[in-house]
Amino acid sequence: MNRKQQFKEGLITNNPVLVQQIGMCATMAITTTLFNGIGMGLSVLIILTCCNVVVAALRKIIPDEIRLAIFVVVIAGFVTIVDLLLQAFIPALSAALGVFIPLIVVNCIIIGRAEAFCQKNTVKDSFFDGIFQGLGYTCVLIIMCVFREFVGSGRFGGGLIDVANGFRFTLDGTGGGIQIFPEEFGAAIMNLPFGGFLTLGLLIGLMQYALKRSEKKKKAAEHAAKEAALKEVEE
Amino acid sequence: MLANILSISLGAILINNFIFSQFLGCCPFLGCSNKVDTAAGMGLAVVFVMGLASAICWVIDNYILIPLNLAFLETLAFILVIAALVQFVEMFLKKSVPSLYSALGIYLPLITTNCAVLGVVLLNVQNNYNFIESVVYGITGGLGFMLAIVLFASVRERTQFSDYPECFEGFPICLVSAALVAMAFMGFSGMKIF
Repeated sequence: MNRKQQFKEGLITNNPVLVQQIGMCATMAITTTLFNGIGMGLSVLIILTCCNVVVAALRKIIPDEIRLAIFVVVIAGFVTIVDLLLQAFIPALSAALGVFIPLIVVNCIIIGRAEAFCQKNTVKDSFFDGIFQGLGYTCVLIIMCVFREFVGSGRFGGGLIDVANGFRFTLDGTGGGIQIFPEEFGAAIMNLPFGGFLTLGLLIGLMQYALKRSEKKKKAAEHAAKEAALKEVEE
Repeated sequence: MLANILSISLGAILINNFIFSQFLGCCPFLGCSNKVDTAAGMGLAVVFVMGLASAICWVIDNYILIPLNLAFLETLAFILVIAALVQFVEMFLKKSVPSLYSALGIYLPLITTNCAVLGVVLLNVQNNYNFIESVVYGITGGLGFMLAIVLFASVRERTQFSDYPECFEGFPICLVSAALVAMAFMGFSGMKIF
């Protein structure tokens, strides 16, 4: 399978959130600071890759009738591992994401990839599919976090970047972020649930616009090529 | 006790509404809100499963997992309980209340992957609720979900006749109108009871 194609599918043409439109609860809920967004995105990436590999490796053994139950058990196992690791090593992230880390179990992205991709493909392909789909998810989270944080409180990289004592990255979520304009000029509503729904809606709308335009361009190019060929035949 | 239950219920239905302030259960919320009828059916099924799941998972957590020091397996145990429970409810309804079963149709098995159900069970553990509080939180959380999905279905029926940019077809326009409904629910956010 073509890696470049897989990469493009995961990030753009078959992006889990923007095109497949699944796994949206967490996307809207936790995208308030860059720290949360990157943490959640990477957690999902790791869990998705591990589950993809396991499901693909077991795809010939798993009986068809109980495959969903087995997928759920595999996913729940990896989610528990990541949850405990985060509690032990990055407690700030675990506290910030709260119930949304265990809720990765019912995130449709992971069970959807197991069902749609790993059942029919080799371990290697599934491994890369997990990484690229996870990256696509992480990118959407980062875009939403950056937008909401900037409009909502005029900051960039809250929790992750600390500029008070020289420029450095923090892993305990205490960094204040880079203040671009004073916080009181921000539209605080973007940090509330309203902002989550609105930002995701606008983002998916933008994606549909871009996909439609590129499709139109492709069709126009094909049409022009056909006409040129017709002309040549006529001549 | 009564005051406590009242504050939990009002909190779950209005102030911390599962969809509009906690983002739990957004997938069925956006997927099944095309018509008011199906939305009400879905809401009813969720109320039922959330109440039952809260009760059963509380018992399993407090009488099996905690005494055996297996609390770290909570997520795994809860999702299996919910999956089995949904299957059981499906079989039970099919035998005894076939009219409700056919009204709910495909939405019943889909409740397994509804994050509001697993969410309410995990929140019960996080908030250290006792048995009665857990059940009340489960049922009223489901009622909040039902209120949100029915209200939103009626908003969404209107969007079919409105004129919006072509690229907003489908999910985007839903999300934008959900944002406006969420703004209305924000009115409750400052409220404090007792």
